[in-house]
Amino acid sequence: MGNVYANSYLIVFVFLCIGVLLPVGALTLGKLLRPHVPSEAKQTTYESGNNPFHDSRVQFQVRYYMFALLFVIFDVETVFLYPWAVAYNKLGLFALIEMLIFVLMLVLGLIYAWKKKVLQWM
Amino acid sequence: MEQLLNSVPSWTNVAIFFGLGAALLLMVLAFVTYGILAERKVMGFMQGRYGPNQVGGRWGLLQTVADVLKLLLKEDTIPKAADRPLFILAPILAFAPAFMVLAVLPFTDAFQFADIGVGLLYYIAVSGLTTIGVVTGGWASNNKYALIGGMRAAAQMISYEIPLVMSVLGVVLLTGSLNLNDIVEAQKNVWYIFTQPVAFIVFLIAAVSELNRTPFDLPEAESELVAGFHVEYSGFRWAFFMLAEYVYLFAMAALTTILFLGGWHPVMFLGFIPGPVWFALKFSVVVFVLIWFRATFPRLRADQLMELGWKVLFPVALANIFVTALVKELFF
Repeated sequence: MGNVYANSYLIVFVFLCIGVLLPVGALTLGKLLRPHVPSEAKQTTYESGNNPFHDSRVQFQVRYYMFALLFVIFDVETVFLYPWAVAYNKLGLFALIEMLIFVLMLVLGLIYAWKKKVLQWM
Repeated sequence: MEQLLNSVPSWTNVAIFFGLGAALLLMVLAFVTYGILAERKVMGFMQGRYGPNQVGGRWGLLQTVADVLKLLLKEDTIPKAADRPLFILAPILAFAPAFMVLAVLPFTDAFQFADIGVGLLYYIAVSGLTTIGVVTGGWASNNKYALIGGMRAAAQMISYEIPLVMSVLGVVLLTGSLNLNDIVEAQKNVWYIFTQPVAFIVFLIAAVSELNRTPFDLPEAESELVAGFHVEYSGFRWAFFMLAEYVYLFAMAALTTILFLGGWHPVMFLGFIPGPVWFALKFSVVVFVLIWFRATFPRLRADQLMELGWKVLFPVALANIFVTALVKELFF
C-alpha cells in the first residue's frame, strides 16, 4: 500500500516534468527553425490599428474582486464538504444535520450578497 | 501497471513512468490533432459547408499537422511593453497542469497511471491552476484586450469551479470515496447519470464553462476582445495555450465518462465488447456533444454568465447534495 502511494505521487511528479519539458523543448526547438527579424512596428502593443496610448494596467472594476472573495468563502466550504461526503456512511444523520446548519449559515451569506446585488454584473 | 505501482519506488520506476507518460503525451497530441480536425469537420457539416478538404486528401487529414508546422516556423514576437519573463512563463503555466491532471484518470482497468486516494480532488485542485496561467498571460501582455480577457477568464473560471466541485459531491456521497477507480467500480450496475441526473447537468454546464468553450467563451470573445488573453501571443507560445485548451477538453470528456457514464463498464448485456472500446465510445459521445454545443448555442452576456453560475447552478448543486444525503439516509 505504501508503495502504491509513493509510486502514484512519483507519477504525478513525472507528469509535471513532462508538462514543463514539452513547452520548453518545443520552444527551444522552434527557436532554431523560426525567423527572427524584430522591428519597431512588430513589437508595439496591438490596439486595433491605433497607436497604443498609456499603460493598459489601469484600475480595475471592483466586482472582479467581489467574486474572488465569494469564491474563497465557498471554496473553503467545499473543503469541509469533501471529507464529510467521503465519510458520510460512517457519520449518519447527526452529521447531516450538522452540515445542514453549517451550509445554511453560508447560504445566509449568499442571500445577503444576492440582496446587496453583489451577484449582479452591472 | 498494478505490478509496477506495487514495486519499491526507484529510479528505474521513474524512467519507466517517464516513458509511459511520454507515450500518453503522444496519444493526447494525436487526439488534439484529430480532435481539432473533427471539430472543424463536424461544425462544417452542421453549418452546411465542407470544412478542411485540401491538405491530406479529401478529408483534410493533414490539415492540423500543417497548421502546427506553420506555427512552429512562425516568428515569435514579444511586445516591447510586455513583462517579458511572465510573458514567457504563462503558456507553460497554462499547459503543465493540463497534462498533470491526466495522471489520475483511469481510462480502463489496465490503462491508467497514478492510483491516488484523493484522485478527484487532485483533478479539481490542479485544473484550477490553469487560471493562473491565463491571468498571467493577460497581465503580462500589457494589452487592454488581453487584460480584460484574462480578468474575465479568471472571474468565470472561479465562479464555475464552485458548481463544478459541488455537483461532483453527489457522486462522492454515493460512492464514499474520492478515488476515481472506486467511483467507476461503484457504477458497475447503474451509472451515476441515472442516479444523479441533476448533478450531471450542472457538471456538464460548469465543465463547458471551465473549458471556456461556446456558449461560455467570453474570455476569448472574438467579436469584442479580438482573442482575449492571448491577443499578443503568436507562433508556438500561442499554440501552447490552444494545446492546453484541447488537452482539457480531452481530460474533461474523460472525467465526465468516468464520473457519470460508468467509465469502461459496458451497457447491460453487451459485455463481450471490451472495456477500452466502451470508454472510447462514451468519450467520443461527450466530445461530440461539446462540439455540438459550440455549433448551436450563441454566446452568453457577461451578466447572464455570472447570474447563471451563482444564482442557478450553485443553489441547485447545493440542494442536490442534501437531497442525495437525505435520500441515502432514509432509504439505504
